[in-house]
Amino acid sequence: MDLPSGYVAGITPYADFVLPLIGIVVVVVGFVLRVNPLLVVTVAGLATGVASGLNLLEVIAAFGKAFITSRYVGIVWLVLPVIGLLEHAGLRERARAVISGFRAATTSKVLLAYFAVRQVTSALGLTSLGGHAQMVRPLIAPMAEAAAENTYGDLPQNTRYRIRAHCSAADNIALFFGEDIFIAIGSILLIRGFLDQNGIQVEPAQLAIWAIPTAICAFVIHCTRLFLLERSLRAEISARETPNP
Amino acid sequence: MAAGVAVVNARDATNPRRFNNTAFWGIYAVTFLVGSYLSDLASGFLVIAMVLVASIRGLGQGVVKVSRDEEAASARRWGNKLFIPALTIPVLTVLGTFTLKRIEVGGSPLVDVRQVTVISLAIATLIALAIGMAMLRPPLLAPIREARRLLDAIGWAAVLPQMLAALGALFAIAGVGTVVSELATQWLPLGSPFAVVTTYAIGMAVFTMIMGNAFAAFPVMTAGIGLPLIVQKFGGDPTIMAAIGMLAGFCGTLMTPMAANFNIVPVALLELPDENAVIKVQIPTALLLLGCNILLMNFFVFRN
Repeated sequence: MDLPSGYVAGITPYADFVLPLIGIVVVVVGFVLRVNPLLVVTVAGLATGVASGLNLLEVIAAFGKAFITSRYVGIVWLVLPVIGLLEHAGLRERARAVISGFRAATTSKVLLAYFAVRQVTSALGLTSLGGHAQMVRPLIAPMAEAAAENTYGDLPQNTRYRIRAHCSAADNIALFFGEDIFIAIGSILLIRGFLDQNGIQVEPAQLAIWAIPTAICAFVIHCTRLFLLERSLRAEISARETPNP
Repeated sequence: MAAGVAVVNARDATNPRRFNNTAFWGIYAVTFLVGSYLSDLASGFLVIAMVLVASIRGLGQGVVKVSRDEEAASARRWGNKLFIPALTIPVLTVLGTFTLKRIEVGGSPLVDVRQVTVISLAIATLIALAIGMAMLRPPLLAPIREARRLLDAIGWAAVLPQMLAALGALFAIAGVGTVVSELATQWLPLGSPFAVVTTYAIGMAVFTMIMGNAFAAFPVMTAGIGLPLIVQKFGGDPTIMAAIGMLAGFCGTLMTPMAANFNIVPVALLELPDENAVIKVQIPTALLLLGCNILLMNFFVFRN
């Protein structure tokens, strides 16, 4: 990584050296004050660029270039027309109905099953089998909510929000700590490339094997939490139903 | 391929509910459609215009009439067939990632290997859309109307991941990583092997939280602390250090709004009122797991 252009070791005063960190300060303060994140990120980017010695127009150009080259990130929104169409045709209702058919289904069990499947498939390289827009919103969240309705009847809105947040969290955690066991995934290639530049040869298979202990810990920790979630939901709902004397 | 997204957005913009929405999605569509032909400076100004539109008066959301009865009736009519197009997307994406890599035209791969997943996703989505349209026979404009309903619900969060990627690029140009690792090596306790491992793992997590991405944190922390101290000074195994170090970074990803596509976009997609709802649920697992990573690395990395 390049040193900031204004920095010459031992000559530039310390204040100049840490100046590029201003972007981090802007981000932290902005998020804490809950300013619109788009604005926060833009200001942070401009401040960082200017602090590192570029002029304002150069910074704007660099920002524009980086935005355009990361356009592929937006491709995920291409699924919205299909998902919207299917939702309109009752996809979420159907997902609910399927779960309501299983009397034994609870929120914990639905999430545990999804977590396990997601982590194992990610470890086999099938990382695209999940995702928030494709799986969680149309299928997993309605199923987890329906399972809670099975058990407890009508749900308070806050409980619904909590269950939905858990659906997304399960998707993220299972993905992150599953995918690294697959040898052709981006992070393994990055590690290998970086160590190679520094004159250290490592085998992708070795890297993948050393991701397994953490994956097991992730599985144990998160499954325990999902298991305890059921108890916590029950407590939350019965607290609601018993009015204070 | 990008034109597909652009058309959806452009159609959004032609049916505005409010001026701000039109401008915001219109500019976004322009960056998609003709982004390759714009000068860097012009696209920079477009991005800034888009941010100002979104933040000054905010984006609106029209009133959408969603009738649950209607959805339920339709759900009864179609039954489990509704799952077919929905599951087409992940299944075809997976198949695509395996087959597209193999197809070569004139000795070079047909598609850029790094973009294989994204391209597969786009193709799978278009096929799923075709199946859905053939099965349900909705009005021709229905998918676009539905996309607008969802995009308006997501709002500015849809563009945030791309903005953060741009910020990461600027951080790299400014050398933020070098500064942070120099500060860390100056100020943190690095005397004993355990202290170094702990600093490296926590540093990966914290730096990932700042950058929103463990991939950005890894080279910086590993060059600054991992290789010189864990490997060279204390004789640790570089494979184990790198594998577990990266996973310590992933613990950071779970705790930061900067990782917008994992932590902020789902909040919008699931219509949660608290922006940090997903992060709050993830923090306990992330912290426990970071502790595990520190212990695991400390236990295994110096075995020899």
